[in-house]
Amino acid sequence: MHLVAECIFHPDTAELRERWGAFAFTDAHRKSADKIIARYPEGRQQSATIPLLDLAHRQVGEETNTQGWLPIPVIEYVAAYLDLPPVRLLEVATFYTMFNLAPVGRFHVQVCGTTPCMLKGSDDVFAACKSRGLKKGYTTPDGLFTLTEVECLGACANAPMVQINDDNYEDLDEQRMGAVLDAFARGEKLKPGPQIPRQTSCPLGGPTTLKKMAERNYDYRGQW
Amino acid sequence: MGTTTPLADKDRIFTNLYGFQSPDLKAAQARGDWDNTAALMARGQDGIIDEIKASGLRGRGGAGFPTGMKWSFMPKEPKPGKPNFLVINADESEPGSCKDREILRHDPHKLLEGALIAGFAMRARAAYIYVRGEFLQETDVLRAAVAQAYAAGLLGTNAASSGFDFDVFVHRGAGAYICGEETAMLESLEGKKGFPRLKPPFPAGAGLYGCPTTVNNVESIAVVPTILRRGAAWFASFGNPKNEGTKLFQISGHVNTPCVVEESMSIPFRELIDRHAGGIRGGWDNLLAVIPGGSSVPLVPAAEIMDAPMDFDGLKALGSGLGTAAVIVMDKSTDIVRAISRISYFYKHESCGQCTPCREGTGWMWRTMERLRTGDADPGTIDRLIDVTKQVEGHTICALGDAAAWPIQGLVRHFRPELERRIAEREGGAMMEAAE
Repeated sequence: MHLVAECIFHPDTAELRERWGAFAFTDAHRKSADKIIARYPEGRQQSATIPLLDLAHRQVGEETNTQGWLPIPVIEYVAAYLDLPPVRLLEVATFYTMFNLAPVGRFHVQVCGTTPCMLKGSDDVFAACKSRGLKKGYTTPDGLFTLTEVECLGACANAPMVQINDDNYEDLDEQRMGAVLDAFARGEKLKPGPQIPRQTSCPLGGPTTLKKMAERNYDYRGQW
Repeated sequence: MGTTTPLADKDRIFTNLYGFQSPDLKAAQARGDWDNTAALMARGQDGIIDEIKASGLRGRGGAGFPTGMKWSFMPKEPKPGKPNFLVINADESEPGSCKDREILRHDPHKLLEGALIAGFAMRARAAYIYVRGEFLQETDVLRAAVAQAYAAGLLGTNAASSGFDFDVFVHRGAGAYICGEETAMLESLEGKKGFPRLKPPFPAGAGLYGCPTTVNNVESIAVVPTILRRGAAWFASFGNPKNEGTKLFQISGHVNTPCVVEESMSIPFRELIDRHAGGIRGGWDNLLAVIPGGSSVPLVPAAEIMDAPMDFDGLKALGSGLGTAAVIVMDKSTDIVRAISRISYFYKHESCGQCTPCREGTGWMWRTMERLRTGDADPGTIDRLIDVTKQVEGHTICALGDAAAWPIQGLVRHFRPELERRIAEREGGAMMEAAE
């Protein structure tokens, strides 16, 4: 079961029911879930749908040593937890792209291919993936990487970029993307953020504004 | 006339934009945040709204609607059981946009203080900050900031000793561009698919949970405390009339040093790029076109944009728009048809599927753009494509249909000869093959 997108994945089988039918939040996740529900007015627990599906997604990830996904029985469990019909959660799970509806690998490599990243060389980022055996919509046979092309992730001044599980790697080229993947393959992890000597979205080579802030926590109010 | 001389550092609102310093409460207070917020609130709800109106602040999420006026639509006396809500739009997903991210992760206390003041002005009971799902680290920073603010008594009961009770909740989405549309955001906050709602009723009448709601962009809210501290006249002294203030510009694409930077509104494009982005890659002669406000706005060719003022009205005059001030720069190495076609793919991917013209039209427009990219079309295809964009534009519940149509219209308006060249070249190639 290495495919994500290109072959038909049967989401509701006896095997999946067997494997996930007894799913329940861990104590820690139940505590988080109840805290989340309390953020919304009484009777509005449906608002907690996305955050609770995210929790369940993460727990499935923890149990399978992957980024996680949402088997149907897990969605039904969350529906029962929120006292909602399962179809309400199923339509949310299928609408939002961050919910995987089929198993993925340990690292979900989500390369942004939208125009700002495309202009800055997302083709080269995909090339680095391809040369390491990653294929869009598939998981590598060792179960380590799943590659997906995603839409703008909101880091355009640091294009091109990739999000791998919860972290961004930015200011990439083919070689730097290769280094990121190779580190994961070795069981290591490079520092997230820009992969060139650059402070966040500050111009490369140093700030053109607010230079004092680079030195210390400056208070400009004295000059108002 | 305002000024477009270099903005002084003392006049920048987001002093920790690049995160050189800590986003935590103590550091933020040392930079001037949360400094006697109660005194700002003591001006009263109407006093605050009037000051924001006078500052000329227009919504920073793309539409540019006057912020103070938007607040004034909220009921002054909420009915029992129908509290007012403030929803802060941090679902930053417009291709090219990456400014709210910097506020969330580096200056979150400006947003929280702004939320309290804005919430007070519009008589809201609470604010929900809707952060896009992919901003995981940003959400962690924001949540930590909220916890610090509660612990310090700045939010919650008697927030910041103002006598006003106000809660702030952080809600993270799960990946859907459409949730940046304000009514889709409300649906999503209620735990549903992000389908935009028919308007009216407008959110100020019936929004979140059917209660009066105002949805504001992160930047619009985060600049509020500084405007009140320094006065409407200070903010209005930057930029051209009706385009006042300072603005976070996000410069991506073919410039030497892409960056996010705060500048005066109405700064000429050339100055913005030369001063902060290290100039155009390969020099100004190498500039092909610019998308000045995020993927939804039509592109502007090099000659027209070079000396244009970067503001709402200046870019509107060029048939484009300021949008979120996400400036996507394309040099002459760009395959301009591919660049716009990739935007068409984006809208096809992000169409929520509710309205037929958008659901079907975005896919059709993208497929046609891909054919034009390779020239695999007849000359009539261009007019047919424009015709379809006009049938999508204005015929959908929300503006996503418009946003999908405009970039294509901009391409055809300015690069029609390039499209025709590709068609002719391919036709010529096919004829050569047939002859052989």
